[in-house]
Amino acid sequence: MSVYYGQLIFEKSQEGRKGYTLPKSPIKEYELEDKYKRGDCPQLPEVSEFDVVRHYTNVSFKNHGIEKGFYPLGSCTMKYNPKINLEVSSHENFTSLHPYQPVETVQGVLKIYYETQKMLSEISGLSKYSLNPFAGAHGEHVGLMIIKAYHESRGDHKRKKIIVPDSAHGTNPASASVAGFEVVEVKSNESDGTVNIPDLKEVLSDEIAGIMLTNPNTIGMFEKDILEISKLVHEAGGLLYYDGANLNPLLGVARPGDMGFDITHINLHKTFSTPHGGGGPGSGPVGVTKELEPFLPAPVVRKAGDLYLIDGKGKNSIGQISHFLGNIGVVIKAYAYLLTNGKERMKEIAKMSTLNANYVKDALKDVYKLPVDKICKHEFVFDGLKDESIDVRTLDIAKRLLDFDIHPPTVYFPLLFKETMMVEPTENESKQTLDAFIDAMKKVAKEAKEDPDILKNAPYTTPVRRLDEARAARKPIVKYKDLLEE
Amino acid sequence: MFKYLPHTYQDIDEMLKTIGVDSIDDLFAEIPDELKQCELDLPSSHSEMELREHFKKLAGMNEPLIPFMGAGAYDHYTPSIIPYLTERQEFMTAYTPYQPEVSQGTLQYIFEYQSMICQLTGMHVSNASMYDGATATAEAMFMAAGVRKKNRVLISATVNPNVIEVVKTYAHYRGIEIVVVDEKDGATDFADLKDKLDGETAGMIVQNPNVYGVIEDFEGYSDALKEHKALFIMNHDPSTLTHLKTPAEHGVDIAVGEAQSLGVPLSYGGPYIGYMATTKKLMRKMPGRICGVTEDADGKRAFVLTLQAREQHIRREKANSNICSNQSLMALFVTIYMATMGKKGVYEAQQISYNHAHYLHDMLLKLPQFEQAFDKPFFKEFTLKTTLDPEKINRALREKGYLGPLSQGRFDENKKDLVTFAVTEKRTKEQMDELIRTLGEL
Repeated sequence: MSVYYGQLIFEKSQEGRKGYTLPKSPIKEYELEDKYKRGDCPQLPEVSEFDVVRHYTNVSFKNHGIEKGFYPLGSCTMKYNPKINLEVSSHENFTSLHPYQPVETVQGVLKIYYETQKMLSEISGLSKYSLNPFAGAHGEHVGLMIIKAYHESRGDHKRKKIIVPDSAHGTNPASASVAGFEVVEVKSNESDGTVNIPDLKEVLSDEIAGIMLTNPNTIGMFEKDILEISKLVHEAGGLLYYDGANLNPLLGVARPGDMGFDITHINLHKTFSTPHGGGGPGSGPVGVTKELEPFLPAPVVRKAGDLYLIDGKGKNSIGQISHFLGNIGVVIKAYAYLLTNGKERMKEIAKMSTLNANYVKDALKDVYKLPVDKICKHEFVFDGLKDESIDVRTLDIAKRLLDFDIHPPTVYFPLLFKETMMVEPTENESKQTLDAFIDAMKKVAKEAKEDPDILKNAPYTTPVRRLDEARAARKPIVKYKDLLEE
Repeated sequence: MFKYLPHTYQDIDEMLKTIGVDSIDDLFAEIPDELKQCELDLPSSHSEMELREHFKKLAGMNEPLIPFMGAGAYDHYTPSIIPYLTERQEFMTAYTPYQPEVSQGTLQYIFEYQSMICQLTGMHVSNASMYDGATATAEAMFMAAGVRKKNRVLISATVNPNVIEVVKTYAHYRGIEIVVVDEKDGATDFADLKDKLDGETAGMIVQNPNVYGVIEDFEGYSDALKEHKALFIMNHDPSTLTHLKTPAEHGVDIAVGEAQSLGVPLSYGGPYIGYMATTKKLMRKMPGRICGVTEDADGKRAFVLTLQAREQHIRREKANSNICSNQSLMALFVTIYMATMGKKGVYEAQQISYNHAHYLHDMLLKLPQFEQAFDKPFFKEFTLKTTLDPEKINRALREKGYLGPLSQGRFDENKKDLVTFAVTEKRTKEQMDELIRTLGEL
């Protein structure tokens, strides 16, 4: 790539160049009083429309996307994002609606909201959903507020602790903390990362507000004792929160509600295929049991006869957690995906994602260290190379995979193992793609044995080589102006 | 098998052989049978043609109105190249830039976005964006409480009531007290602020332009707050910062707001994008992702997520925020908007909005049904007192295809006589004249 395409948009700016047109207005100029005016003019780029298009097209070439190649990022469920979902959600009758339009002018979008909520209820076995939460972490925060509101409503003020397994995603303890809870960590069973029942019993008390679990857990193992866990937690007066990050292998197979979970969040950008967008927008609907419905955040979409309505904050609602009704554009795409798959496909999604994960796991376990050699669900973890005498780290393996046009698995998460690599192929990948991944992984392992430096200096073919990440934190350059002043 | 499920039966057999099981059901053997009674009552699978037809009907059940309302969502122009470029699979289908070597595209536009937000706000550092303006304000409240280690935050009554609600929800469950500072003549009552400020106050939140559209005068705020070591938090519509005094010029510590007004379509309220920017001093206390510059092994300039020691995946329960993503694609909307409109275009669009809003304001005041609510400057949104029933106004305008003004009665029963109009560069003189005529006849 030439130097030109490595530039920032600011570095392409030429004084006087324009990229826009605006209509001529017949209205006279009004003048803002000086005391309210800013002192200088914001230094935004001056470029032509074509400059912008060429710039961002070239910027895009520096990204790996799922349409380019395999993206087995564990815990992220990098599914194909169907184009039809984009087409139907881009209709002007959705994109140009103001959020305060009267309900009778937005019945189509409210119907989608309402029906998506119903379908999520059916799939997960929970009574009612709010689609307002913007992301999984936001859903967790909201769910924990509901747990707190529930206990407070019963006048039970001593439940200030939330149990989180040590295998959990970092957002779980962080969400508990921002919702005003103290976190109690329980150790997982070393054999398969599932919850250790004796340990759990030990921490249960009348100070426990609830427990946060992912099922299957972060190493892809189903919590086979889930019914006992939920019995124990409920007997102690606590509630069960289901982190829906790993719902995919349970679609049409088993429902969190039936397992005894009281609150869930579902990641529409994972299980229901909406684009990840480079980190967002996502959507993290929160579902609850019948008993907890009054605590859901406001506003709430409701159906009365044939009309869809919006209710404000009820007496027990935790309150508002978003300005409007959440990332509705994301919800529309998930709704289209749900209808395309329908009831016929849910179980097949679960089966195929599980088949793919187990196939890759078993095809590679002679070469990579498999800390839990059991049937997994949609994902599993390796703990570095099987031959531990080889001096390469998971990071090196990940960087070398980039040269094969493969996005590496999630690395160094969960924290249960030292050299974790978390692989989630999803149901959309063909056997041929999986075989190509297996071959690449074997080739990398072979290189590691023969010449570890190949891995340590990788990648070679990517837009940039391996980065000095520590340098960025030492002397933060966080905007163009800092670069100019360097 | 299905268009999204590629395996043939032969593939499946071969794969089962590798795994060493007889059937796919064997892969689910550990799930208790009593949990596996799961026949879902869902709609049947739709073919693509059926789905298109279904959505045609759904779209037909919506009737987009031409808005003369803002209230946190503004109908600005979106250049055609924004959807075109943001829909590129490289941007749309990628995940968070965990592997920077193959995520330089995302990282570079985030860096450009941060640079532009800093230009608009005058602040030192911006994060990579947040869910929406309301949650960004709530995160700023958390940040102030965390930095000052105090559990009391003030918020002006002139902040959008929905934003106040979100801030209150977040605060309540974390045990932070929110105290509302009174309003006076459509702006924050500075005397009441000084009364309520004390050594236990972590920060004060204001909004500019405020819920009435009024441009507030924050003379003396920064000094008063500094005196009590309280942080100054400003929720500011970033689009108006082409003209208005910047948060930095007001002495603000944390600038936040809703950046939907920079090229993001209305989309019934989401996805939008919250922004947050702060001072150099508070940089390491800011929540959210931050992109910085470094070099690769060959010494080439490159971008990377940085200062991650602040974040949840490192700090877990000690993190001051649980944010683990950003509204990345929406940050790209905003970045391309500012690049395309550029230094002159962003300003010009806002100047037209300003002119049109003032034209409509002056013309409405000529009608006997309207009078000035506050003698205060405004930008593109303004509030009038009216003798008309707001519902009647909105019904009449709806018949002409318009979304009428926001009735402040929506938030406060006692303010039913106040209506707030928003005018952007997209509202033409013809539309405004029709609105004036319609209301004149009521």
